[in-house]
Amino acid sequence: MNEMVVQTRELTKKYGDRLAVDRVSMTVRRGEVYGFLGPNGAGKTTTLRMMLGLIRATSGSADVLGQPAGKPEVIARVGALIEGPGFYPALSGRDNLRVLARYRGLDEQVVDDALARVDLVERGCDAFKSYSLGMKQRLGVASALMGEPELIVLDEPTNGLDPAGMADMRALIVDLARGGQTVLLSSHLLAEVQEICDRVGVINHGRLLRESTVSELRGATTLRVRGLPLDRALAIAMRLAGEDGVRVEGDELLLALRADRAPDVTRALVADGVDVHEVTSRERSLEEVFFEMTATARELEEV
Amino acid sequence: MIRSVHAELLRLRKWPAVWVTVGAWMALAAMFGYLFNYLAYKTGDTSFSNEGTTAQGLLADLMPANVPDVLIQGTPMFGGALMMVLGAIVAGNGYGWGTWKTVFTQGPSRTSVVLGSLAATTLAVVGVVLATLAMSFGISSAVAVSESQTIAWPSLGAVAAAVGAGFLVLEMWMLAGFLLGTVARGPALSVGLGLVWALVLENLLRGVGTLLDPIEAFTRVLPGTAAGSLVGSLIEASPGGDGTPGVLDTLSGAQATGTVVAYVLLLPLATIALIRRRDVA
Repeated sequence: MNEMVVQTRELTKKYGDRLAVDRVSMTVRRGEVYGFLGPNGAGKTTTLRMMLGLIRATSGSADVLGQPAGKPEVIARVGALIEGPGFYPALSGRDNLRVLARYRGLDEQVVDDALARVDLVERGCDAFKSYSLGMKQRLGVASALMGEPELIVLDEPTNGLDPAGMADMRALIVDLARGGQTVLLSSHLLAEVQEICDRVGVINHGRLLRESTVSELRGATTLRVRGLPLDRALAIAMRLAGEDGVRVEGDELLLALRADRAPDVTRALVADGVDVHEVTSRERSLEEVFFEMTATARELEEV
Repeated sequence: MIRSVHAELLRLRKWPAVWVTVGAWMALAAMFGYLFNYLAYKTGDTSFSNEGTTAQGLLADLMPANVPDVLIQGTPMFGGALMMVLGAIVAGNGYGWGTWKTVFTQGPSRTSVVLGSLAATTLAVVGVVLATLAMSFGISSAVAVSESQTIAWPSLGAVAAAVGAGFLVLEMWMLAGFLLGTVARGPALSVGLGLVWALVLENLLRGVGTLLDPIEAFTRVLPGTAAGSLVGSLIEASPGGDGTPGVLDTLSGAQATGTVVAYVLLLPLATIALIRRRDVA
């Protein structure tokens, strides 16, 4: 079995002189929830479109489920919602899904199952054009779920959803992954990705800046210490964490040590007469990492 | 491809715009084919569409025997225009709605999706022709009965020729609309350009063609000329079929049929070639 569900190599899309996607090489593994993270206009949707064969790559290649992207036999095994739901406005939500089920050669029973999964059964017979933005989005996700595809590509699926709808959507995505389906989720919402994704790829200005697990990306935890007098506390901290392992932020010390070293640190500080006001372990949020990363990339570009 | 045809038939059947377009054609066919002539016959008035015809001639036009002519007389003009609208909205709306994007990510190849859509719309055109035929027989029989006329049926050959010619003309315009909708990625521009072409430009060119030989040679291969001549070759054979707008005698029946068939084969190929290559956002 091929463990790589998606693999792109130097995938590039140029529109005239503008590089929309610049040599992106990313991998999505079977069974994971992969977060494709980047600000609006970063090149997320363009990359996903190339993966689905909607647009042609200028150069580079993309393999999906072990075959070149865009081949009918591959697309049949992928469910997708790309940049907003595209449905026939005059048809009901249910009829829209029936049309798509026919294209996929699926039994009509999957339509009702999909509607139930996104909580649209009651409004299923109303015209699509009468739906709210959130309902349209949910119908788009429902269409991507039909037929239990191996890979589900969701481009900003929580767009337009209210907080409760967003929470439901996240729970649904986690549920899909638990059932063995691979989910590729693009988002500009860091909290969302942090919460539900196993691995992330960070893209900005068309370039993949980093690809790793969420925890790797956030880095090791640090210990935050507040003790007086500061100079003595700093000396002890440096003895324990090494000279490069300590950073001073205002009246706080940040130690590059794991959370389970907190008792050692506290003991050493107290033994040396330092008044310890606070020792906490602290994890960087994906948001901090992300801004750091995109800022660095921008600086590099400016050089 | 069968899956694509099934899917597309479902969405066309459920789409009110299709029924509006088809209904408009049926209403126009009933009005110009029967209603106005019947009123003129009953009141003794003459109008532009029956000028110079006697009451007996008018009644003869309303009889079942004349159904083949009535069936096709409107096809080069508004029938073709309406079918072009149908083709253009079927192909063009999907870009603005994002539905082609959705359909192209379902599995079937683009070629089979387009062939499916063309086949489904073709079935709609067949339905339009047969429904018009049934309506014409219905109305003409009712007129014959109410006017105490003995009912004479047209020959099977005449009916078959009219159904075939009517289908070819409507199908050609539908396919032209489909291509235009695909090129323009939207219904508005394609419908506008298509109608100006079919209703205005070709007529103007034919006018200019009487003065300039190269233009005349050019107009002979245009779709409107071919459609008008194909219908003209059938209607002319019967009395009282002169002066219908859009009906021409520029080409012989065989030439006209050949040109229309060539368009019916080439237009879908151009559409498929375009859709296979393009980026769909």
